[in-house]
Amino acid sequence: MKTPFINSVAAIIGKDLRAEMRARELVSVMALFALLSILVFSFALELDREAREEAVSGVLWVTLIFASLLGFNRSMAQERDQGNLDALLLAPISRAAIFVGKLLGNFIFTLIVALAILPLMTALYGLALLDGWIIVTTTLGIFGFATIGTLLATMTVQTQAREALLPIAMLPIALPFLLTAVRATKGVLSGAPAAEWQGPLGMLAAITVIYLVLCLLLYEYVLEE
Amino acid sequence: MEEKTKSLPTDLRMEANPPPRLLRVLTVVTILGFAGTLALGLKVAGTDIQQGEIQRIFYIHMPSFFGAFTAFGLTVVGGVIYLARKSERWDRIALAGVEVGLAFSLINLLTGSIWARPIWNTWWTWDPRLTSAAIMCLTYAAYLMLRAGIDDPGKRRAFMSVYGILAFVTVLITLFIIRIVPETIHPVIVGASPQNAQGGFEATSGVVIALVPSLLLWLTLMPITIIWHRVRLEARIEKLHQLKLQALSE
Repeated sequence: MKTPFINSVAAIIGKDLRAEMRARELVSVMALFALLSILVFSFALELDREAREEAVSGVLWVTLIFASLLGFNRSMAQERDQGNLDALLLAPISRAAIFVGKLLGNFIFTLIVALAILPLMTALYGLALLDGWIIVTTTLGIFGFATIGTLLATMTVQTQAREALLPIAMLPIALPFLLTAVRATKGVLSGAPAAEWQGPLGMLAAITVIYLVLCLLLYEYVLEE
Repeated sequence: MEEKTKSLPTDLRMEANPPPRLLRVLTVVTILGFAGTLALGLKVAGTDIQQGEIQRIFYIHMPSFFGAFTAFGLTVVGGVIYLARKSERWDRIALAGVEVGLAFSLINLLTGSIWARPIWNTWWTWDPRLTSAAIMCLTYAAYLMLRAGIDDPGKRRAFMSVYGILAFVTVLITLFIIRIVPETIHPVIVGASPQNAQGGFEATSGVVIALVPSLLLWLTLMPITIIWHRVRLEARIEKLHQLKLQALSE
């Protein structure tokens, strides 16, 4: 008797949300990191009004990807350190349900951070980042990061070097997301005609779907008993 | 010695034999074919009117990418079969595919860079196709680093099969990015393209005579022969490890 897919996914997300409500480990660390990263960038790049328009989408996405790396590592390490991963494997649920549950948990936490820094960057840089299309791009991009991040973090957390390996494994695979998301964000931000940034946005969606399918199929193999 | 090797897995015992005749034939044919395609590219094909002799590097540049394509493709095949059957032999093929493919794509980047210096007046530019080719190399370099970082052999094989399959997406992106992001300055040789104003050339009959044999060689014989040798080397390394362990345990 297997627990139905939806129920097991909901249970895993519920568990992650409850743990986060009580410990506030993931979102707070990611948000603080993102804040620091934005400040460091604005000092390091000496972002003035003109440079900002060009650079701000890059700053946004580099910040988001490093923050999400932190979060994914932490989220999987918690599963492993507290023996929860073994419990999940013992439970009568499909591996795909574990993947989707962890993926959605990671996605929600990273999206919260992203939605928090968008208004912050709007205020700090005086650019209209709270645009509907930028939020769509951000949501898609974060979902893409979470897809590969969940799979790869499950792998790297089971290795000796652990935290150190996730960035090496994930950054090159995430670059297609990063490139298309930066292009789309920049296009929307500069007020270019829709035809110019719809291409990258569509490609971002396509890559997300490809990786989602691949990760769903492959996830069972990165969870060895 | 014979007695000791008997306790090894069958595929390791087989790998220890001298190269099979087919591999020896393949090796000779590949070397001759390489010499032949070089001769075609350097002597038979005419000199390009606009670009001069440097255009000849194209007969290595484009085929080497497709060689990498075959090699990385074999990594995907090896990964899928390994995950389905847990056969270590296919994991060795996947690893060999990554190493050979990485070497080929470095040849691809290097020759492209040498060509770009006189034609584009720069060694490197952040063109979409160049960027995606560089990402592809980095992804497979990450494969090798990740592989070295996993100690447990069973986990290593399973995880790297998964990573090898995922990484292939970057190869496809490199292949198709010209169609997706149109503002590349990288020439498109096959098919009509507005980019040909910036350093492109027509695929005339002379170009085709030199290109097609070279492309076929790099697409098939070259990666397959080298990967086969590399797989045998890997099997011998593993055999050595196992014999060492046996000797220590006695």
